[in-house]
Amino acid sequence: MDRKLVVSSSPHLKSPEDIQSIMVDVMVALFPAALMGVFLFGYQALITIVLAMVAAMATEAIIMRKGFFGDGSAALTGMLLALVLPPAPPWWITVIGSVVAIAIGKHLFGGIGNNIFNPALVGRAVLVVSWGAHIAGDVWLQPQPFGFTADLVTQASPLATYDASLLDLFIGTVPGCIGETSALALIIGGLWLLYRGHIEWRIPGVFIAIVFIMGLFDGGFEMGLYHVLAGGALLGAIFMATDMVTSPVTPMGRIIFGFGCGFITMIIRMFGGYPEGVMFAILFMNSVTPLIDNLTVPKKFGEVKQSDA
Amino acid sequence: MSERTFVGGIHPSYYKNQTAGMPIAPASPPSQVVIPMHQNIGAPCDPVVEVGDEVKMGQKIGEPKGFVSAPIFASVSGKVTKIQPYNHPLGNPVQAVIIENDGQDTPYEGIAPNKPLEELTPEEIREIAKEAGLVGLGGATFPTHVKLAPPPEVSIDTIIINGAECEPFLTADHRIMLERADDIVYGLKAFMKACGATKGIIGIEDNKPDAIEAMQKAVAEGGEGYDLEVHSLHTKYPQGAEKTLIKATTGREVPPGALPMAVNVVNQNTGTAVAMAEAIKLGKPLYERVVTITGPGITNPANLMVRNGALIKEIIEQCGGYTGDARKLVLGGPMMGMAQPTDDVPAIKGTSGVLILTEEFVQEAPIDPCIKCGKCIDVCPMHLMPNFIGSASEMENMDLAEKYGAMDCFECGCCTYTCPANRPLVQWIKIAKGDIAARRKK
Repeated sequence: MDRKLVVSSSPHLKSPEDIQSIMVDVMVALFPAALMGVFLFGYQALITIVLAMVAAMATEAIIMRKGFFGDGSAALTGMLLALVLPPAPPWWITVIGSVVAIAIGKHLFGGIGNNIFNPALVGRAVLVVSWGAHIAGDVWLQPQPFGFTADLVTQASPLATYDASLLDLFIGTVPGCIGETSALALIIGGLWLLYRGHIEWRIPGVFIAIVFIMGLFDGGFEMGLYHVLAGGALLGAIFMATDMVTSPVTPMGRIIFGFGCGFITMIIRMFGGYPEGVMFAILFMNSVTPLIDNLTVPKKFGEVKQSDA
Repeated sequence: MSERTFVGGIHPSYYKNQTAGMPIAPASPPSQVVIPMHQNIGAPCDPVVEVGDEVKMGQKIGEPKGFVSAPIFASVSGKVTKIQPYNHPLGNPVQAVIIENDGQDTPYEGIAPNKPLEELTPEEIREIAKEAGLVGLGGATFPTHVKLAPPPEVSIDTIIINGAECEPFLTADHRIMLERADDIVYGLKAFMKACGATKGIIGIEDNKPDAIEAMQKAVAEGGEGYDLEVHSLHTKYPQGAEKTLIKATTGREVPPGALPMAVNVVNQNTGTAVAMAEAIKLGKPLYERVVTITGPGITNPANLMVRNGALIKEIIEQCGGYTGDARKLVLGGPMMGMAQPTDDVPAIKGTSGVLILTEEFVQEAPIDPCIKCGKCIDVCPMHLMPNFIGSASEMENMDLAEKYGAMDCFECGCCTYTCPANRPLVQWIKIAKGDIAARRKK
């Protein structure tokens, strides 16, 4: 017989899913939020998103030399970064954020799979502490649906004023980062990710539950909802804290991680110097993810807990 | 209590339509058979025939060298032409008795029916299973008489017949349940009697409603005086693995490192139950079995009754040969079967399937870094951490691999199937298991 047979270890079937398809799925999930950002804040938001994605992909292409789109993870990082930026930062702010996210946040640690911190949040963190005036403070635009050429009217964040209506917060017609204002769009994206199996309920569920519960103590039921809907809590819980590389892999670890994110967010919001705490909360919990994984190795099938034996 | 399923597992495409509707047909008689002297988990056999001997169909040609072993029988009548090492489905060549088929199928005189089941003692049933060379036909090939002889301190209350057939592509068990339901029930009753079990369960995935119906009918007709149940199980791989099947049908969890008897259960495959029934009713030893020949790379898929030692290349020829783009030959199912470097290899007691895959199934994607998505942990039916075991093994840190549960892996392949980074997790875990086992022996 001259037919050459391929020999490999079992299994001989493989699910069609790969890293690229996951990254594309997450970008699809982010699309409603991005669309809402452009709808509310106009063409400048669109420019920021495109610029961030292109800068991130270019940085990755230079470092990896494996094509422009590659596995899609750089495009996703750029998109995530843009969605947590104000609608119209100077162009160099956006570019520096993307370069830092990819070069320092990701590749300095060894590239995909090896980074400890969420790259998009690393990019944002560097911008916040280096050029705070362009990222936080009075940089927010008054949303103007269909106002593609609207004049800039700067506004304070709802987390500084605490005066927005819950309906506005749900729909997204409040000042804020490009992708964070519309709870509705974010929840649609989150449901898509749940359906596709790329996130599971534990991290976002516990994160948001803790924000709500601590919000109750900050001013009752309405304030609990306000804390969930305002600022970056939903974007952080659904898209940032669930980043596969930087969050725990064990079921119990994910609960601990979600709890930590929610708790630290609210401590910063209620007692800290910044109005918003989601970013630092997630970055801090990223740093303890390996530790959490090691402490929460699941019980094996059929294994009896020490205390039961 | 029946839970119908287990935590974890995957839903691959099942590809069973190719052969599910094809009745079991006899394979054409092989020109020669190559019968390896090692066909079960445990000790091999010594040949008890010599070159030049005339043997008859069903005559014992291999005598076990230990308790955990099973005798081997001639599957044709004819002349022993050679006794020499030959390719073996599990890897290294093994001593094999090669018999030239005289085409007569002259049965061995010693084959005679036993007493009916009602008159047999448990000891006699075990002896019949042993003398017929029965092993687990699901693929693991553990000698049946050993399973039926639990140590005295263990009491077995339940026998589970595995009709899950969760491996994609394979339909041999499905056909056996449709065509031999009465014998399965007969075999189950024999297993129950041998172990003193009070309950018999037949577990079948719910993608085989006709098999469930056939088994329910057979239980109603032939189960008088026995507590028998047919369980419809969720269709999910690896539903038919020993531990997950026990969990799904009884709710019991076999502890890590333990055997099913630790939770008072013995599992048997449908084909084994039929072989048990034939051994009692006819005295027929195990020298043939049902094999599914399937996959996109075979011209005419089929479910065939294949003689022990028939060469796979002859079986493939009989099924119309390879298609043009056939690239991989797997013995067993696609999830746990072994890829073969050659088709010049005999079918043995554990050969449940001959699967031929084409180019589209063998495209090798580059191995990416683990992105810690945790999907392998979600699907692992043993609740292990395949990503960490795999990485530890890759770094040759076998202590760490052991810590994350390498030895509790039964290599179902769910993690590798699922991994979006194309990491060969099972392969790395197998390496770790071999290494850890070797160190434990020292």
